[in-house]
Amino acid sequence: MNPAKTLPVLLSPRVERLHPPFPVFRLRAWHGLAVAAIVVVASGAAVAQGGPTQLSPIGVIMKWMPLLLSGFVFNIAISLMAMTLGTVVGLALGLMAVSETMPVRKVSWAVTQFFRNSPWLVLLFFAMFLVPYEFRLLGVTVPFPDWIKAVIGFSLPVMANVSEIVRGAIRSIPDGQWESAEALAFSRRQTMWMIILPQCLRRMLPPWMNLYSLVTMATVLASVVGVSEMLTLTSQVHAAEGGRPELLAPLYGFALLCFFVYCYPIDRLTRRLEHRFQVRL
Amino acid sequence: MAPAEQPAWTPDQPIVRLRDVRKSFGSLEVLKGITMDVAKGEAICIIGPSGSGKSTLIRCINALVAIDEGSILVEGQEVNDPKLDKLALRRKVGMVFQQYNLFPHKTALQNVMMAPVHVLKQDRREVEDRARALMRKVRLEGKEDAYPGELSGGQQQRVAIARSLAMRPDIMLFDEVTAALDPETVKEVLQTIRQLVEDGLTCLIVTHEMGFAREVADHVYFTDRGVIVEHGPPRDILSNPREERTKAFLEQVL
Ligand SMILES: Nc1ncnc2c1ncn2[C@@H]1O[C@H](COP(=O)(O)OP(=O)(O)O)[C@@H](O)[C@H]1O
Ligand SMILES: [Mg+2]
Repeated sequence: MNPAKTLPVLLSPRVERLHPPFPVFRLRAWHGLAVAAIVVVASGAAVAQGGPTQLSPIGVIMKWMPLLLSGFVFNIAISLMAMTLGTVVGLALGLMAVSETMPVRKVSWAVTQFFRNSPWLVLLFFAMFLVPYEFRLLGVTVPFPDWIKAVIGFSLPVMANVSEIVRGAIRSIPDGQWESAEALAFSRRQTMWMIILPQCLRRMLPPWMNLYSLVTMATVLASVVGVSEMLTLTSQVHAAEGGRPELLAPLYGFALLCFFVYCYPIDRLTRRLEHRFQVRL
Repeated sequence: MAPAEQPAWTPDQPIVRLRDVRKSFGSLEVLKGITMDVAKGEAICIIGPSGSGKSTLIRCINALVAIDEGSILVEGQEVNDPKLDKLALRRKVGMVFQQYNLFPHKTALQNVMMAPVHVLKQDRREVEDRARALMRKVRLEGKEDAYPGELSGGQQQRVAIARSLAMRPDIMLFDEVTAALDPETVKEVLQTIRQLVEDGLTCLIVTHEMGFAREVADHVYFTDRGVIVEHGPPRDILSNPREERTKAFLEQVL
């Protein structure tokens, strides 16, 4: 008999510390304060420079606020969809990484490493040019607009990072859990879904949320490929206002501020969870 | 009639029957031809120095470890068979580990209920009644809703025993279940096992508690370096061992 087949337990003998699988970027409160200060100071300076006939920078921001915010909502939508798609596929990849079948593990490993070690912008271009702009299915033509391609592009690194998070969390569960489940006649699938993964949840949540912050911030890369998200709109607004250089800092500062206001609470929550789980583990 | 067909098992035959069982991990031969018979309702204790292969031996019986050679019959069913239905075997054979291995995200009662509900697909309410009765049997009434992390080692180990019993096994395997416990809590766990033996459940117990072995075992096996050095009733093995190795071991632990 092949012991590897009968003993999935032996395949996971190591108990690894769970390292964040990517460099952790931490937003701090002072980042937001600094940005806010830039917006205010730059706006003030711009008022001093500009004549009375021109709209003040605050005025420009107010005027274009609905458009800019709609762009920001688009960024959030892209990030949420990329995160959802990436998480579902990444979970499958992570489960494949601990499969009992060697070729399945190898495939998962190769895919994960490839997409984890590629620059996000390159993956975005990759998705832009390799995914067709429409898709024919049973005579029905489903269009693939750029923003959907962007979602796919961002979901690739998410997928790879989620795969790593899932694999690490599963490996961190002691072998005794597998053994006692086996001895109670649980199948491998039941053990995974009822016993192992629920215990992984709290280990996975903080790195997963951190990943979400990163994805949200990365969505501005979509401007490079022409998706009308906030950064694209900001530069269009700037052009529409005559390209006045004194508007650059306030407009981009406003964009920064939007991201900060959205991501900072997520980051705080992540750290609170991390701390709580560390205490309880 | 197919030649491979095994005659139906009857309770007068050994419920566990090992013949020349061999197992190696890589180049390390851990079991070097183990033969033993366990009758239904019997309690046997396996003693021996650490590393002698005791854990491996009892793990073979519920197919947690696949053997290389030999035969293991559990209720007449061959365990060393690639076509073995492992899950069916494990429904008949319960096992308790040194490290309890309770599921930390479930309460004590849920730990006990999980396998009958999800593996045997039994009715949840009926299982709950039985689980509560088992919690009383292991004297943990009132701890049903506690999480494993909130229980002492001895309490966790008794929940682990109840969890195994909830599957209504015919055979129970105990692998040094008191080795990780404080001396005060060892007694309560041994008391629980003693009760099972008195109820007539077949028990294979790996233990370092010689006093306990003397009291409850029908038969004691002394193992060393992968072989059974000698075996017999506890008063022979524990009080008048014939083999030098047994004497040396007993002197060391007593
Ligand atoms: N899964 C395994 N892989 C490799 N070696 C093992 C494994 N399990 C046990 N061993 C080795 O087999 C020997 C016997 O171990 P074990 O059965 O645990 O002995 P005991 O329970 O009597 O202390 C030890 O030397 C141990 O290191
Ligand atoms: Mg052992």
